[in-house]
Amino acid sequence: MNAPTIEYAELAPLITIFGAAVIGVLIEAFVPRKVRHPVQVAVALLALVAALVQVILLAGTGMVAAVGAVAVDGPALFLQGTILVLAIISVAFFAERRLEAGGDAFAPAASTLPGSEEERILVRERMLQTEVYPLALFAVGGMLLFPAANDLLMLFIALEVMSLPLYLLCGMARRRRLLSQEAALKYFLLGAFSSAIFLFGMAFVYGYAGTLRFGEISEALTANIGQDGILLAGVGLMAVGLLFKVGAVPFHSWTPDVYQGAPTPVTGFMAACTKLAAFGAMVRLFYVAFGGMRTDWQPMLWAVAIATMLVGAVVALTQTDIKRMLAYSSIAHAGFVLTAMVAADQTATAAILFYLATYGIATLGAFAVVTLVRDSGGEATHLAKWAGLGRRSPVLAATFALFLLAFAGIPLTSGFVGKLSVFTAAIDGGAAPLVVVGVIASAIAAFFYVRVIVLMFFSDPAPEGPTVAVPSLWTAVGITLGAAATLLLGIVPGPLLDLAQQASLFVR
Amino acid sequence: MTSTLSALATAVATEGGHGGGQAVAEATGVFDLTWLLIAFPLLGAAILLLGGRRTDKVGHLIGCGASIASFVMGVVLFAAMLGEPSDGRAFTSQLWEYVNAGGYTVDVSLLLDQLSISFVLLITGVGSLIHVYSIGYMEHDERRRRFFGYLNLFVAAMLLLVLAADYLVLFIGWEGVGLASYLLIGFWQHKNSAAVAAKKAFVVNRVGDMGMVLAMSSMVLVFGSTAFDVVFASAEGASTGWVTAIGLFLLLGACGKSAQFPLQSWLLDAMEGPTPVSALIHAATMVTAGVYLIVRSAAIYDLAPDARTAVVIVGAITLLMGAIIGCAKDDIKKALAGSTMSQIGYMTLAAGLGPAGYAFAIFHLLTHGFFKANMFLGAGSVMHGMHDEVNMRRYGGLRIAMPVTFITFAMGYLAIIGIPPFAGYFSKDKIIEAAFADNWITGLATLLGAGITAFYMTRLMLMTFFGNRRWKQSEPPHESPSVMTAPLWALAFLSVVGGFALLYFGAGIVDWLAPVTGEEHHELPMPLWLLITITLATVVAGVAVAWLMYGRRAVREDVPAGSPLTVAARNDLYGDAFNEAVFMRPGQYLTRSLVYFENRGVDGAVVGTATAFGGLSSRLRRLQTGFVRSYAVTMLGGVGVVVLAMLVVRLP
Repeated sequence: MNAPTIEYAELAPLITIFGAAVIGVLIEAFVPRKVRHPVQVAVALLALVAALVQVILLAGTGMVAAVGAVAVDGPALFLQGTILVLAIISVAFFAERRLEAGGDAFAPAASTLPGSEEERILVRERMLQTEVYPLALFAVGGMLLFPAANDLLMLFIALEVMSLPLYLLCGMARRRRLLSQEAALKYFLLGAFSSAIFLFGMAFVYGYAGTLRFGEISEALTANIGQDGILLAGVGLMAVGLLFKVGAVPFHSWTPDVYQGAPTPVTGFMAACTKLAAFGAMVRLFYVAFGGMRTDWQPMLWAVAIATMLVGAVVALTQTDIKRMLAYSSIAHAGFVLTAMVAADQTATAAILFYLATYGIATLGAFAVVTLVRDSGGEATHLAKWAGLGRRSPVLAATFALFLLAFAGIPLTSGFVGKLSVFTAAIDGGAAPLVVVGVIASAIAAFFYVRVIVLMFFSDPAPEGPTVAVPSLWTAVGITLGAAATLLLGIVPGPLLDLAQQASLFVR
Repeated sequence: MTSTLSALATAVATEGGHGGGQAVAEATGVFDLTWLLIAFPLLGAAILLLGGRRTDKVGHLIGCGASIASFVMGVVLFAAMLGEPSDGRAFTSQLWEYVNAGGYTVDVSLLLDQLSISFVLLITGVGSLIHVYSIGYMEHDERRRRFFGYLNLFVAAMLLLVLAADYLVLFIGWEGVGLASYLLIGFWQHKNSAAVAAKKAFVVNRVGDMGMVLAMSSMVLVFGSTAFDVVFASAEGASTGWVTAIGLFLLLGACGKSAQFPLQSWLLDAMEGPTPVSALIHAATMVTAGVYLIVRSAAIYDLAPDARTAVVIVGAITLLMGAIIGCAKDDIKKALAGSTMSQIGYMTLAAGLGPAGYAFAIFHLLTHGFFKANMFLGAGSVMHGMHDEVNMRRYGGLRIAMPVTFITFAMGYLAIIGIPPFAGYFSKDKIIEAAFADNWITGLATLLGAGITAFYMTRLMLMTFFGNRRWKQSEPPHESPSVMTAPLWALAFLSVVGGFALLYFGAGIVDWLAPVTGEEHHELPMPLWLLITITLATVVAGVAVAWLMYGRRAVREDVPAGSPLTVAARNDLYGDAFNEAVFMRPGQYLTRSLVYFENRGVDGAVVGTATAFGGLSSRLRRLQTGFVRSYAVTMLGGVGVVVLAMLVVRLP
């Protein structure tokens, strides 16, 4: 028996990230506490940049590596590149220390009891929890692997590697710790539940096809006739697991609670990168493995897409907490992506890739702005406190308004081109009625985005309103880049659209 | 008629042109610089909005300069166009590729032809006059620079709208003018009513925009493109159902932007903005974008008679509605706003008549741009002298205190009611003729509208400039400075000669536009002299009734009870109540019920609690009562539904 060959060069980005994550754990053990924070940040950023360079160098590759378990192709590399860019900005936001008087957004030690004497001492001594960086790297590693996974087993491993660090990160907020811990526990319990369902579905699919590889499953679809019940159940259950991760209705109930409870930089990281990775994995699984039976799963996705768009848009209307509002908005956006997903062709893949990239950038930027609006209790997330913000800090409010306009899909922002491309793909793929629902949902959604803009610019400031903290260079650069990209991709989207187009072919 | 239509459609199909079948050439020479039209005001807006306080002192000059530069460029292009043969005056210049997604590509390219240059001259010409006027009007406003920045932004967006060669690019300009409009309606944001009005304009316009998006989606579906040339050339091959649907969607978009029934309610509230804004955006240019859209889409409407009928009906309803509202308003700007609605109703109606009416719609649009801008600026001048009083019951006898405003306003007045030889006579009379030639009902609607217009405009004139003085201030109102009266003179001049000049100068506007819109003549059911006599008699009757009610008798300062129709008109004919009953209530109900299922009062407990700890503990308590379980149950239900949905599909 020969040892399997591993294509190290093609898998280099993954190896870099996982290697750096392991090094990060070692740093926790061996580097003195005082310098640990800068060292960890530096290692994380270096690894992410190195991996990004490796992904760029791999551009154009189309092969299956690691004995068929990992695909290195256009969609995978496009998403990996995007995730890495977003992760670099996220780590910059994680490292922000100007806002909490020397602390960051994370509890000094997540294991201390909230409100205990121990916690107070640690806060006073300005202790920093540096485990967040290796955890984030593990999560990023999982996210890179998730959309590249080309067999069921790898898909499940990537799902767990991605999710477990995120559960932890959600529970580490410095302020409102009970809320944060509750969010983490909820996310974990429901995540475990959905993983179980996903695994169950995998077992069914394996039972039907007798193989784990996507390509071979696809072949089995035409060969094995007569056991369709087990296959359909399996596909349905696997879909549930993935729909949970992207936050589609009716598997969305965790989203608002977790987005609200998690430390805001983590929320942004999760909202942007997890969604990217999960959609990437979903598109690959459904197009490559289950593409031959699309008429079976399309009606189900139609229903989910409609429910997701409408529930997300309508419920967001009455939210009074900015983070919860953005959570529901992210649900609605998942619905918009699903409209293109239903089309199931190469145009749709390109549209989804573009949409995810623009959505990720705007989301990250929006959550970063949320971290800056603060009062004595930390971030002022209640919408009433945002009244009149445009008068006190016009630049910040205008930046946030830009992100909101992009979410609303107003022309000359990236969101408009994104919506345009997914809706066009859906129309081409024969899902025109879905587009009608999508247009209605985005008109509804525009109301609550604009409500915030009106609140910021046309309302009188609250008497004891929040102040806008001056961030460090890191955060400022991150937000500026996000805003610039959002505007630029709205005016000249051509290059990125072309890139998405070129990257839209799955290797089988 | 059918033969003309099919001939037209064939011309469109074979020549691959747009509208009337004019061949479109690649822009060369000076036409290649069309983009400068948009670049000047865009640059102005960028300097003013990004330049900050440093540009405060010269902000208004930069703003005016940008607009005037664009106007000069427009005149140069117009002169160059005159030098070309009459069927070779359409030029496209491609700027860059905007979107290339799959088979669907959008180029940012500009189309300069007879129709768009007419708009360019109106927008930049009237726009420049209003810029100059604003120097005086906004003199004491500390945010004047920003105001000029927004005005420049508006002009740039509006020019993009009329120069675009693709519905999607048009839509970008469409949203841009919307944005500028909201910013300017809400410019005096310290007034709560201004903020509310801005929001209302946005919300109502979203409904219209939905029509635009659906129209574009349908085009992508049917034609695979939204470029004018592709859509117009292949419209004939599409099924009538689709073409009609696209026509109706476009009409919905037009209704939102042009304040046509049933989306008219926002325009009256939009008068909260500074008066130059009302003149430029909410009278002369932006609100006519809907008419532009319909005329530009001539090739689609030519193939969809049902959609055209809908356009005529919408136009007729709005023209009467606006006129009736105008009769009852005591706020001078709102009375003018009702009048704007009504006049745009005329244009929409004319556009709905097809090739017989397109050119007249644009003709009336241009003259209306002159005289309505004139009257709005006149109203602004009155307000300037009256310390921002807008209630006409507190005016009276102002012709002596403000002679220039009075004379220029009178020119606009004579123009709008259609007294020969003022501008409105020529344009409105043409529409009335075309309407009678089409059928009796639309003809009578336009005739009745002319009578009501004469009534409410006379009422406005009498209440403002004639009769006893009803103002309370001690010193008499002063005339406005010359920087404000000069534009008034210019616009008054255009109100006098604009109609005659446009109709008879050179070959006249109808021939000028014919290559784009097509041309068609209908037989009148009666001799022309008879129709003109009837029209003028109706106008005189309207004037006489108004004089009997407001000229002979003294105007009361308190508001009389009025008939049910007056009360209804004061309430905008219950447009808001209609919106509330049809859109808002069901929407709120749906939201509330959905939120109930979604949250079960989660937010109430957390957000309502002032202290963080109260919220935390209630959260924690909920955690212990098994909230996750209910989420999990929802998920499990979802699993059931998904698996069932998968299995059901396979059932025979």
